[in-house]
Amino acid sequence: MATELSTPTYLPSPQLTPREGDLFNLDAALTEEERAVRDSVRAFVDEKVLPLIGQCYVEGRFPKELIAEMGANGYFGANLPEEYGCAGLNNVMYGLIMQELERGDSGIRSFASVQGALVMYPIYAFGSEEQKRHYLPKMATGEVIGCFGLTEPDYGSNPAGMITRARQQADGTWILNGAKMWITNGSTAQVAVVWAKTEDGDESGKSIRGFLVPTNAKGFKAKDQKGKLSLRASDTSELVFDNVHLPADAILPKSGGLKSPLMCLTQARYGISWGALGAAMACYEEALSYSKERVMFGRPIGGFQIQQVRLADMLTEIVKGQLVSLHLGRMKDIGTFTPQQVSFAKRNNVNIATDIAREARRLLGGSGILAEYASMRHMANLESVYTYEGTHDIHSLILGQAVTGLNAFGG
Amino acid sequence: MKIAVCIKRVPDMDVRFKIAPSGTAVDETGLKFDISDFDGYAVEAALQIKEKLNAGEVVVISLGGDVVQETLRKAMSMGADRAVQLKADGTHVDSFAIASALAAELKDGGYDLIMFGRMSIDTAHGVTGAIVAELLGLPCVNAISKLEFDGRTAKMRRELEGAYELVECALPAVVTIDEGIARPRYPSLKGIMAAKKKPLESKPAQLPAARLSLDALALPPERAAGRIIGEGTAAVPELVRLLKEEAKVL
Repeated sequence: MATELSTPTYLPSPQLTPREGDLFNLDAALTEEERAVRDSVRAFVDEKVLPLIGQCYVEGRFPKELIAEMGANGYFGANLPEEYGCAGLNNVMYGLIMQELERGDSGIRSFASVQGALVMYPIYAFGSEEQKRHYLPKMATGEVIGCFGLTEPDYGSNPAGMITRARQQADGTWILNGAKMWITNGSTAQVAVVWAKTEDGDESGKSIRGFLVPTNAKGFKAKDQKGKLSLRASDTSELVFDNVHLPADAILPKSGGLKSPLMCLTQARYGISWGALGAAMACYEEALSYSKERVMFGRPIGGFQIQQVRLADMLTEIVKGQLVSLHLGRMKDIGTFTPQQVSFAKRNNVNIATDIAREARRLLGGSGILAEYASMRHMANLESVYTYEGTHDIHSLILGQAVTGLNAFGG
Repeated sequence: MKIAVCIKRVPDMDVRFKIAPSGTAVDETGLKFDISDFDGYAVEAALQIKEKLNAGEVVVISLGGDVVQETLRKAMSMGADRAVQLKADGTHVDSFAIASALAAELKDGGYDLIMFGRMSIDTAHGVTGAIVAELLGLPCVNAISKLEFDGRTAKMRRELEGAYELVECALPAVVTIDEGIARPRYPSLKGIMAAKKKPLESKPAQLPAARLSLDALALPPERAAGRIIGEGTAAVPELVRLLKEEAKVL
């Protein structure tokens, strides 16, 4: 008797036929609620973000006017529980939100990533019940904005070497000194999650703890970094702490060691792996539509083999990236994903997105250099995304270590 | 105030349609479906009334196969309290039959206001609301762009060519909604999650025999390519001559 094969059940919506533009029928791999979340954010981005983002980029301005509606719609910390005022979504839905926001602009997605994964998540994971009740509901609505201070001017890829120092006083309060750099939302935030060493002579970073620092505290300074040629529709700041006096309960009680901020980065990098695909999709769709309309030598340029190869390559890489992120999201939901898998997804998806944005810009010809089109904006943004949240190179070393068992960070 | 909003599931319009092999239906392969535009305005207007009064119930009703449940859940994710599917498989084109099934459901529902979009954006008959009103013996105001209440009186505005009309009627009433009344909200993420828990009742549609049938669907003929006759002012005399002699529009 033949062996009965078990029926795979991994397609939640097998009844769906491929929609135009969804060659691989990835919609069938999503539930109805997941598609509803994606479509709702997509409509928001189409109607509220796309009409103004090109101009914001040129002006070097983050569109603060969108924050309240993004909060009301539930985009901040959307995978955190409802009891703290969040939407309580699964991680695939969270990823789809990041994808759609970055289809608008990496700066918009960065804002949501920082707010949700780098500020709300550590408060949720390492905070006291009072801290969670105080901050999370107001951060979910966007009433309170946060930033995340880990990277320092001389310590980027090597955060264990940080010099920012929190010294506990005899009465239990803290004095914070140091500086942080490349801080998204730094000058907009009301609260900063700042990572600092609490012991002298700690080279491994084991004494690193998280602190909730009100940005109006005496001795706290945030200065916008000027002259950015990337992520222009996003605020990036330098933070300086000059004897900032913090109450005893400013510490995130359950934080401990470098592992804590790295857990935050794993959350954010997971979202970035989806977000970068959103930027890539925007570029691909712009290139595809342009290729059908732009006539040269008497026919649409989409009819030329060279452009078809470009478009086929773009689509192929996007679909591969989507399958990686989707599988990663399903694993995150059942609790089996690893930081190495997140490195894989962030590294691959951001890398292919940079290539797709550049190829889309080239397909657009001269038009491609204008802010009226999105591809060059995404192309420039993605250079930041390639560099932040673990550079592409650092993720290569993480993967290298995962497969060889040999640590290349020492040299 | 108890409000019913009757909504229709229609394909997204910004695609190139194909006709199914039957010749009497659109090929649904790969189409994306959503609430018909005007029905979406009606849902939004109903939700705004409920929010303003801070009381009442919004019930969404749709006739069709089980696929309309997704459309009903979208309306509930926007904020409608519950939904009713009048189950009827296949394609239904007889507005009178559809209106009869809707009226049978609405008759004993105790609704103060029954809302429709002024027409569906796929078949655009624009008569279902009016037939329901007639069957229920209720006043009907079509294509309204504003709606306010003074006690049990509805005060409405209708847009005319270069003018507008102000209309009043007593509740209960049937109204059909024009665009401009309210932009439909995006379903919030919490709303999408909450919609899963809201009641969706499915019952057979009491459809009378259809007296209308759809015999054939056809796409408009391909337009011939345009002709460029020259550039600048030099081309004007030839253009005028062709418009007079060939197109005969001057």
